[in-house]
Amino acid sequence: MRIFEPKAVGTMAPATKLVVYGILGLWTLIVLFPLYWVLITSFKLPIHVFDGPNYLPFIDFLPSLHAWRYIFFDLGRDTFRPYGNSLIVAATSTALAVTAGALAAYALSRIEFRPRLLSIGVFLLVMSAAIVAVALSGADWRIAAASGVALFVLAARATRRLPSPQLGNAEILFWMISQRILPPVVTVVPIYVMLQQAGLLDTRTALVLTYTTVNLPIVVWLMYDFFISIPRELEESAAIDGASRFRIFREIVLPLAKPGLVATALLVFILAWNEYLLALFLSTVKAQTIPLLVAAQNATRGPQWWYMSVLITIMILPVIALTILLQRFIAKGLLLGALKG
Amino acid sequence: MKTARLAEWMDRHSGPIFVLPAVLLILAFSIFPLVISAWLALSQFRLGIGGYEIRFVGLLNFKKLLTGSQQFHFLGTFAEIPLLGWLIVALVFGTLAVAAGRYVTLGRVSVIGVVGRLISFTLIGALAVLFATTLGGQIGSLSTTLFYVIVGVTLQFLVGTGLAFLCAQNIRGRSFFRLVFFVPLMVTPVGTAYTFRMLADTTVGPFAPIWGWLGLGNFAWAADPWTARLVIVLGDSWQWIPFIFIVMLAAFESQPRDQVEAAQVDGASTFQIFRDITWPSVAPVAATVVLIRVIEAFKIVDLPNVLTNGGPGIATESLTLHAFIEWRALNLGGSAAIAYLLLFVATVLCVSFVNMIVVPMRRSRQ
Repeated sequence: MRIFEPKAVGTMAPATKLVVYGILGLWTLIVLFPLYWVLITSFKLPIHVFDGPNYLPFIDFLPSLHAWRYIFFDLGRDTFRPYGNSLIVAATSTALAVTAGALAAYALSRIEFRPRLLSIGVFLLVMSAAIVAVALSGADWRIAAASGVALFVLAARATRRLPSPQLGNAEILFWMISQRILPPVVTVVPIYVMLQQAGLLDTRTALVLTYTTVNLPIVVWLMYDFFISIPRELEESAAIDGASRFRIFREIVLPLAKPGLVATALLVFILAWNEYLLALFLSTVKAQTIPLLVAAQNATRGPQWWYMSVLITIMILPVIALTILLQRFIAKGLLLGALKG
Repeated sequence: MKTARLAEWMDRHSGPIFVLPAVLLILAFSIFPLVISAWLALSQFRLGIGGYEIRFVGLLNFKKLLTGSQQFHFLGTFAEIPLLGWLIVALVFGTLAVAAGRYVTLGRVSVIGVVGRLISFTLIGALAVLFATTLGGQIGSLSTTLFYVIVGVTLQFLVGTGLAFLCAQNIRGRSFFRLVFFVPLMVTPVGTAYTFRMLADTTVGPFAPIWGWLGLGNFAWAADPWTARLVIVLGDSWQWIPFIFIVMLAAFESQPRDQVEAAQVDGASTFQIFRDITWPSVAPVAATVVLIRVIEAFKIVDLPNVLTNGGPGIATESLTLHAFIEWRALNLGGSAAIAYLLLFVATVLCVSFVNMIVVPMRRSRQ
């Protein structure tokens, strides 16, 4: 038997197969071992963590539920509140980001927009003036914003007849997607001040709004490529039959785009569920999310590994369940965009 | 009657209505804060009696970071260039020279193209020189971030693509591997950081016997700048290889099988098939996935913050962490200035990547 040559065209030689399975098996270990370590640490007493590596429950150490009891009963409400916050914030912001992003991506893939460069310039000018007014003279930001919008509408009407270069859909799309390059740390301090002014600091609303904005570019990016790849004949015939664009979107486009929507939503949910930096800036107690609670277990007495492990475990479980549930969408959904290129 | 008219009006203006929510959100929570941030970066923030005071100071914050008292923190401490530094500089400048040469000889020269390349090449060259000249001393948060981005994304791309290629072969248990390999992406980065801190412990971590056997039982990786950075890159890679894996797997699986089969019948080797058929068809996806990862990698903060707290000293501080620490010290102007420099570097590098790699790759496929 020759082990270095394939039996037939298109199959692997036994030796190659062994190497391939060896590598895949090794990587499975690399992926699962850290998670295994987290799981068993959640059942260890502090002494079992500190008296050297203990690998196997019941053999190397006697598992204990003390950490689980502490997180679920002693800490009780202080665990469930952040957990609930995380769930609500991640789910709501995902729903909002996918809705707003899919609507925008669809419109950009079907309707031609021609915003005038002049109007955008006027808008930026008015906005900067409003910011300077608020910052220097301490004017009320609501009044400044309202008068700014009024000024912009007047100016836009006045300059309507003037010649100006126009932008196209490609520019709008690039503008939206490029927002993802923006590191959150650039905008988070002003957002902090804004939310403080609006009395929204340390609320779930604040987190929902910022997470939605931060994840919006991803949705636009992935869904635009998805919508472009959907044939338009159905929509066109529905439009001839007199269906409105909203109805076409709801009844024809959405069902076709379902795999892409589900996969995008899953990715955005994972990102929002795990987000740390914005939550660190914008929430303290009431709106605290689970990643912050995990980080908080690094107490003055040193990291409380056992509590931390419980929290990490209960954080991963819902996402894994969701992924298994939605697995068939991930393969074809998330990737079509990237594949179309 | 009225609702019908409203519906008609909405249908006529459906385009703007579809786009408006997204535009408003981006304006309110991206563009508007960006403008305020620019103004913050140019001013000094002071806590005073009964409130605070914000004073316009021009470019002082940037000056401090680039040539002043904060220079060692942002740019690093300069020293004699070691051999590795010379190699890096030679490599980068060689690549830039080749890229410039190809651009000129290809004959599609335009004013915007030349100006854009001048900006990109200047920045890339300057960063390479900065990295080399501070390598012997102490690299600053800018070079540390670049290290995370370049080394991390390279490692992630190579491993992720390799695993995807193996998984795309005709083997059993593909769906099992696909699911398992995806899991690290779901762990919160803070969790990953703490997990790696546990695993990397040389006395009570799971690899303690190996450390002891190697005679490194007392080796404190967190106290050495380069091992600390390396552990962060490893944690980041564990987290993000799944993303590259899953996208590249789909790319490999979607390539036409008949070409590969025809080549196999003709007796081409696996390597030849990969080089001549598989790689060209997945290259555009590869470029896109690297771009997405680079964009995200510039924002790295959770891992250095939790794993090493930026230490030893400032050795593992990324720019975002640096900005956060300045913010915590109530130096709002300095924090905004760092953030703006990060935005500048990230934007120039990402746009250069798009224009010089992603777009030509897609064009060549069409």
